[in-house]
Amino acid sequence: MIKVLFFAQIREVIGCDKVEIEATTGLTADALRKQLVERGDKWQLTLGEANVLVAVNQTLSGWETELSDGDEVAFFPPVTGG
Amino acid sequence: MGVVQTKDFDVAAEYAKLANNPACGAVVTFVGKVRDFGDSKNVSAMTLEHYPGMTEAVLEQIEVEARARWPLDDVTIIHRVGDLQLTDQIVFIGVSSAHRKAAFAACEYLIDFLKTRAPFWKKETSNEGTVWVDAKDADQQAAEQWQR
Repeated sequence: MIKVLFFAQIREVIGCDKVEIEATTGLTADALRKQLVERGDKWQLTLGEANVLVAVNQTLSGWETELSDGDEVAFFPPVTGG
Repeated sequence: MGVVQTKDFDVAAEYAKLANNPACGAVVTFVGKVRDFGDSKNVSAMTLEHYPGMTEAVLEQIEVEARARWPLDDVTIIHRVGDLQLTDQIVFIGVSSAHRKAAFAACEYLIDFLKTRAPFWKKETSNEGTVWVDAKDADQQAAEQWQR
């Protein structure tokens, strides 16, 4: 399984902080995002926009990154700390 | 050393720890605070969220990068999360070095990269409700300047 985490406005709008997705061969971060977008309007609204970042195993990653069983994937907006 | 915590920090105590090294001739500190304006006007409070695990790793990484660029003695990064009120302290960065220029530069480098790479998100509360703060181009440009 792949653990998927959501932060900030993404978490707030979809009303969910994590889901588990079955790992499939060749699944990329972008394919996972598109799979989640199909869950409905709120998912499309947050994960469908260009301004979303993805981290794989707690490292900021590219959308083409291939995912494996046991990975932790996080979707979040650009950071605003400090 | 990078720490994420809900509780406040004591600037004098953090300074004392940084200044304790007899080889250190310069200490530079930065404190970020909750102010009454941002993306919203009349901000009265703020909530900070982070990504546990990744945040600490990023803070460690930017410290490693700063140490590779300048001769530094001690580095302290403290970032608060949770609910904060107007004038509350949000972030502390302290750097000690034998030389002032290295300490000044490293402190600025650390806050520039913290603001663009560390997974923290701010939500402002004002009399119009709550709003997530947008990332700023100016912060991105400040971080990019170090790569030229």
